Amino acid sequence: MIGAIRSALRTGFALIEQPFDRLFGPALNPVAQLGALGFFFFWIVAVSGIYLFIFFDTGIERAYQSVEYLTHDHWFHAGVMRSFHRYASDLMVVMVAVHLLREFAYDRYRGVRWYSWFTGLPIIWLLYASGITGYWLVWDRLAQYVAIVSSELLDWLPIFGEPIARNFISTGTLTSRFFSLMVFMHVAVPLFLLFIMWVHILRISRPKVNPPRALALMSLAALVAVSIWKPATSQGSVDLAKVPAEVGLDWFFLPLYPLTNIWSNGTVWALLGAFSLMIALMPWLPPLRRAKPAEVDLAHCNGCARCAEDCPYEAIRMVGRTDGMPFPTQAQVSPSLCVSCGICVGACPSSTPFRRTQDLRTGIDLPEFSLKELREKVIGVAGGLKGSGRVLVLACEHGAAAGRIGDTVVLPCVAMAPPSLIDFILSRDLADGVVVAGCAESACYNRLGVRWTEQRFAAERDPYLRARVPRERIATVWASTLAVSRAEGEIAGFAARVASLPPKRLRSPLPVSTASRPPKTFETEKGSA
Amino acid sequence: MRALRLAGQFAVIVALFAGVAVLSDWPTYRQIPGNSGVMMLTFVHGADRKGECRRLTVEEIAKLPANMRRVQDCPRVRRPIYVELDVDNRNIYQASLPPTGIAGDGPSRVYQRFVLPAGKHDVAVRMRDTARSEGFDHERQESVELSPDQIFVIDYRPESASFVFR
Repeated sequence: MIGAIRSALRTGFALIEQPFDRLFGPALNPVAQLGALGFFFFWIVAVSGIYLFIFFDTGIERAYQSVEYLTHDHWFHAGVMRSFHRYASDLMVVMVAVHLLREFAYDRYRGVRWYSWFTGLPIIWLLYASGITGYWLVWDRLAQYVAIVSSELLDWLPIFGEPIARNFISTGTLTSRFFSLMVFMHVAVPLFLLFIMWVHILRISRPKVNPPRALALMSLAALVAVSIWKPATSQGSVDLAKVPAEVGLDWFFLPLYPLTNIWSNGTVWALLGAFSLMIALMPWLPPLRRAKPAEVDLAHCNGCARCAEDCPYEAIRMVGRTDGMPFPTQAQVSPSLCVSCGICVGACPSSTPFRRTQDLRTGIDLPEFSLKELREKVIGVAGGLKGSGRVLVLACEHGAAAGRIGDTVVLPCVAMAPPSLIDFILSRDLADGVVVAGCAESACYNRLGVRWTEQRFAAERDPYLRARVPRERIATVWASTLAVSRAEGEIAGFAARVASLPPKRLRSPLPVSTASRPPKTFETEKGSA
Repeated sequence: MRALRLAGQFAVIVALFAGVAVLSDWPTYRQIPGNSGVMMLTFVHGADRKGECRRLTVEEIAKLPANMRRVQDCPRVRRPIYVELDVDNRNIYQASLPPTGIAGDGPSRVYQRFVLPAGKHDVAVRMRDTARSEGFDHERQESVELSPDQIFVIDYRPESASFVFR
């Protein structure tokens, strides 16, 4: 059931993301920047809130008047800031909701990722508490409605002696001190929200907390445009003797409020409790089957820290050397954080299939899919390639090429393949061309696999793809599981191009095709990584 | 071409933000039907204690710690309050309101809203807050005019021991 929902949502997201990818490009695609945009909108709300506070008066009568004053008399700065404050808050709700759905759709909430998912739950509660207390402060008819419904909901909980809602049955019962309290709440809750947002990303390596500058600038400009086109306004002064019968609701922050008119307050609390419980338990419904975490082989680890640098999950840290080797540090894997994506294997300079040791070992490896097994699979698949334009595909198990058979080796993440493996395949004439096929660029399952692969191939990130490797014989295909036909088209096109290329000038010291030789031959060849 | 692409990107973002801005106060929500008002029955009032105070004997007082000695033992638990509300000779609310507090010594409380058509209504409210099982200790009956969207509050003032209509 959950799997079917996830699959349907994933299809939906892929359909939405494709046109966004085409228009914005993977780097600027807003759908791939939801978390970063959430942070961005938080800062806009914070800055605009501080600005608005200069004009705001916490007096019971003056609160509404001060908001009207800043909205109309100073519309060109304070009024725009008010619109910024409201719309950026709404946009933050949208970002959080879509971010949650997207992480669910791409199954990025189970296993070691439970922590970020779980800590996202208080963010939702605090975000709503921040927004609702903000609506209260304007003290217009919407504020009256929000105050009454909120306090009726709170009164249902058996924690208050006297119903808070009785404060709003006549003007005399309400004092300015109450507004001071609300201002305090409206400042304290967002501060706590920021703290939880920090906790939320603690276990993520290189979290994206800032959107790309171009996207941020466009968002700011769009906010200005929308604020001028439709300024945020109040909905008339409060009259506690009258029901705020018709109000323009903020459907992002207050969608459940009308339910209190249909259901009892207890039912609404039950709904909220059930939703929260469901979100909290989802990482274990059912739990993700976890492959064994990466293991460090100290005999091959020189403490270079590339694996720790590249790990997207902060699962590797460098600690003092324990084996007496003359290196200051060694890698240490936190099993509870490792998702076994293999990116560390691809980052390790020891991970070279050219190595001459009898039993191919590397500094860090996956127990359930070692570099040795990867090399054997590559050799096995290469043995089956025939004709001109022999293309071998290294595919991510979450991407479009994961279902290919015959000429494909599937990996947990394409960044598990060290660049030297490409060199190995081409220099040993195992294939005429290599396709590296991963997830869609904007939706890498392991967050950084696509980025690291591209940077390694471009010689911008260690370990580099060596200059001698003919680039015209390498192709990258970044496509989601919905873009199988595009991926197939690109692979076929690449195979045709490779077939038309002149024969390879093999620059390896041992230019003999290995496809026809037993694998053990490699163990005695001269290393070239 | 780049400018066109940039314009397209900006247009999409503006359209999304505009959609969010529109939904920030539209469509409007009407919580009560037109030409109706709200009658609210709400008060906080503590009923009598359930039991009578009992004078402690000299021996009982002597057994108490020196700083906690008192002459009377009064049970803390209050009685529930029974309340009824009739509108146009039809009973729309009756409840036995238990005392609040873990020890049951807090006041009873009620906060009920009733949506009624605007116009004239005969309102009668009755309350029992003593040990009696028949009849009522406080009541008020009146004909009131409810205007559209008005909040008409029925409150109880313990200091004057009477219901207040406003």
